[in-house]
Amino acid sequence: MSTALKKPDEGHTPSAPPSSKPNGRSTKPKNSLTAGQKPGWTWMVVAAASLAVGAGLIALIASEGFSFAGWLILSAIVYVIGMYVTTRVIENKRRATDGLWRNLVWAAFIVALIPLVSLLWTVFAQGLPTLLSNPGLLTEDMSTTNGATDAATQDEGAPLSGGFVHGLIGTLMITVVATVISVPIGLMASIYLVEYSRGGWFARTITFFVDVMTGIPSIVAGLFAFAAVQLFITTFLGESPVYLQMVKMGLSAAIALSVLMIPVVVRSTEEMLRVVPNELREASYALGVRKWKTIMKVVLPTSISGIASGVTLAIARVTGETAPILVTAGFLATTNWNPFSGWMTALPVYIYRQLVNPTAPAAPVPSEMRAWAAALVLIIIVMLLNLVARIVAQAFAPKKTGR
Amino acid sequence: MTEQVTDARDTTASPTTKPWGGRTSSGSASGDKVFAGLAYGAGGLILLVLAFVAVFLITESLPALAPTVFSQQDSIASADSFWVYVMPLIGGTLMASAIAIVLATPVAIGIALYISHYAPRRLATPVGYVIDLLAAIPSVVYGAWGMITLSTAMVPIYGWLHDHLGFLPFFAGDPSTTGRTLLTSGVVLAVMILPIITSLCREIFLQTPKLHEEAALALGATQWEMVKMTVFPFARAGIISSVMLGLGRALGETMAVTLVLSGGVFGLSLISSGNQTIPSEIALNFPEAFGMRQSELIAAGLMLFIITLVVNMIARWIVSRHKEFSGAN
Amino acid sequence: MAKRIDAVDLNVYYGSFLAVEDVNIRIEPRAVTAFIGPSGCGKTTFLRTINRMHEVLPGAYAEGKMLLDGENIYDPHVDPVSIRAEVGMVFQRPNPFPTMSIRENVLAGYKLNGTRMSKSDADAIVEKSLRGANLWNEVKDRLDKPGSGLSGGQQQRLCIARTVAVEPSVILMDEPCSALDPISTLAVEDLINELKKDYTVVIVTHNMQQAARVADKTAFFNIQGTGKPGILIEYADTKTIFQNPENEQTINYISGRFG
Repeated sequence: MSTALKKPDEGHTPSAPPSSKPNGRSTKPKNSLTAGQKPGWTWMVVAAASLAVGAGLIALIASEGFSFAGWLILSAIVYVIGMYVTTRVIENKRRATDGLWRNLVWAAFIVALIPLVSLLWTVFAQGLPTLLSNPGLLTEDMSTTNGATDAATQDEGAPLSGGFVHGLIGTLMITVVATVISVPIGLMASIYLVEYSRGGWFARTITFFVDVMTGIPSIVAGLFAFAAVQLFITTFLGESPVYLQMVKMGLSAAIALSVLMIPVVVRSTEEMLRVVPNELREASYALGVRKWKTIMKVVLPTSISGIASGVTLAIARVTGETAPILVTAGFLATTNWNPFSGWMTALPVYIYRQLVNPTAPAAPVPSEMRAWAAALVLIIIVMLLNLVARIVAQAFAPKKTGR
Repeated sequence: MTEQVTDARDTTASPTTKPWGGRTSSGSASGDKVFAGLAYGAGGLILLVLAFVAVFLITESLPALAPTVFSQQDSIASADSFWVYVMPLIGGTLMASAIAIVLATPVAIGIALYISHYAPRRLATPVGYVIDLLAAIPSVVYGAWGMITLSTAMVPIYGWLHDHLGFLPFFAGDPSTTGRTLLTSGVVLAVMILPIITSLCREIFLQTPKLHEEAALALGATQWEMVKMTVFPFARAGIISSVMLGLGRALGETMAVTLVLSGGVFGLSLISSGNQTIPSEIALNFPEAFGMRQSELIAAGLMLFIITLVVNMIARWIVSRHKEFSGAN
Repeated sequence: MAKRIDAVDLNVYYGSFLAVEDVNIRIEPRAVTAFIGPSGCGKTTFLRTINRMHEVLPGAYAEGKMLLDGENIYDPHVDPVSIRAEVGMVFQRPNPFPTMSIRENVLAGYKLNGTRMSKSDADAIVEKSLRGANLWNEVKDRLDKPGSGLSGGQQQRLCIARTVAVEPSVILMDEPCSALDPISTLAVEDLINELKKDYTVVIVTHNMQQAARVADKTAFFNIQGTGKPGILIEYADTKTIFQNPENEQTINYISGRFG
């Protein structure tokens, strides 16, 4: 808390009212209220001592060589314990416990930063140089790339071939179809929950199962979509391998993603609709406007920014999904624009395949480079979507209605 | 808003009807019915989809669940019976998720407290954004990071754990030289569920009534005592359920494990290669699977579905049960 | 045990906004001092600086001196936690801890200090504090029930008992009766009259009759306009303020011309 006193206490204030008895002590006020406190520089002493002890400990523990990270971690642990003991000795147990937990809470925050920084650093350091020196990655697919070209790249320094435009197109098509399926369903379901249901069993069941749906593992959603489409095709078309081949397509992946998207859309839309003040609805009814017109013309426009922001976040979430697309749409080296027929590669699946099954097993470096570049692009897309959602939510938010 | 209301009325109200007559409203009564029907139908469709998920998964996994009945075979493709096949996978899944929960929960609660009660105000909002950022990163990127960066960094730690704690079954066995072990997968999972638990806990911590916090502070409570007296009792049910939701997520997470783990047979050692989880098993094998193998994998997915369903339902149940005791009167 | 309070050139801020400007006031021990004034005049804000509760809000701070028996509680090295144990506070809305029983609520301050005490000592403190808060007879049979089950007036007296239990030198009350019905208000006002035997009591109130009934001295705060800071206009014996005020603004406020 920033409670620092702006005016340093400079002895006596001349303007003290006559009634206030001068506190008669020296110009360095010895305040009984501050008695028994540790001096302000304690932490520096403890920190220095911890670094020294940490260095000693790491020398003892680590068998081979000096580890900088290990030294810092050990020193931090020693510091937290040291501060506790010092405070406990100089002050009291309560202050020591308070300080201990304060340090631990800060430590938790720093610990969480480490993987985030490491991850972003890895993606940018690995992906950015590749992407900048090979802009062709964004415009080519993998149809001309094979083991021989990758081996040439790795061993003879030939330019990196191939790219992931087919992944971008696949992600785009699958996401668009998924959005087209899930937004109307999600929107209407939340309208039902907020505007029509009166908290009956049906509404409560829907709310409960929407919550349950949020927890469906994404791979199960993929299996469901696959099983559903397969069942549909074998029932209506037949069981020959030609028909079974048709199960894996963009549409199946879109269905899988819809299962993941619908609950997110319902939850966020429901929240937004509930925020719309009832006065607006009543004002509209009082003018003789029908309920569905009221919803379309009053309720939805009022909450549209929140809804749009929620939908964008839902899109951002499914854009990064890998597993459900892997099992429903497969993967392909070439571009496929048609989500209703044939296998399709999505960008996350592309990254996965390049890492796990490099194009040239003996020369995996080019595949890895392409994967990191694609990961960078994927992160940027998802971050942009998140940013757009935030901007939409803030820029078009209805004026605060005194709630 | 009023403008739009008037608009709607002006453009659609029929001028011939008398203003006090029965049909002054804009649009027609049938429009109302259709719209209500659509809304009702959409709600029903969601229930139907969920029912279909269960029904389809069960239908497609029957050949593996009871091979003698449904596919006239004595055994399934990869083991004598489905249970022999799936039990080690369930074990691996539970172990990976347990590691993730044990690592993530204290850190997540710490960060949530940091944001809600400890951070300077100028820092609290950016830190919240950073946590949301962690949540937004696609799982395949986490997997790639775990596979390339984290696993290498873990190798010396595994050596140390093996040398000094090798008497524990978890750290027995030869430490992996690539670092691509169940423990590394668990760490990646922990990082992935961290933002989920954090953001849920933060929401609940922030809802602690200011009145109670000030009552504690006015009695001379230190910051930590205030948290212990008011925030934790208020948020207890919420913390438990957010951890359960994080667990549900960890159980179903695929890519982090698929990319990181160099899988194998089930074993207790966390620092050698081996073990496998259900989602990862499916992702690795489903693209090439057909016939019986496909049924097996779908049946494994069904098991995963049931486990996560139970975990999530318990979480929701705790929330609803504790609503009236949460102190939010 | 009751301590005198002197504010010296005290300025109170919310971020960059100056909420209360340049207060100089001496609050006498063993007396009830009331702060009155229109909404937003800074009387509650000023009250909360007396036990450093003000700075609990993000960005809020105070400049100047607040002397507790001559010792500055805003000295940079003072721990606000120790001040709050010394200067108790009762809030506008009763706020017993919902997860604690009546008994635990009264003993909450002791529990914090980690004071070990025998059950009989604890019982004695509970009875003494609840009697001190005029609540003993109403709750003695249900000490283990949650405090949130009491009526509003009882809850507020429980909060007073909780504050009294740790034997502070000063008790601050922020509109303690504004959420209560008239009968409960009367009970709390009686209690305030008894508390002044042992404590320095400072009370913020919107209700001028209440100030006239309970306070020995009264301070009138006012603002000069929206966005301007609140200032202390006049401070005198309650009788003087209500019957013979000096300042034009006080006269207008007392006579009900605004506020």
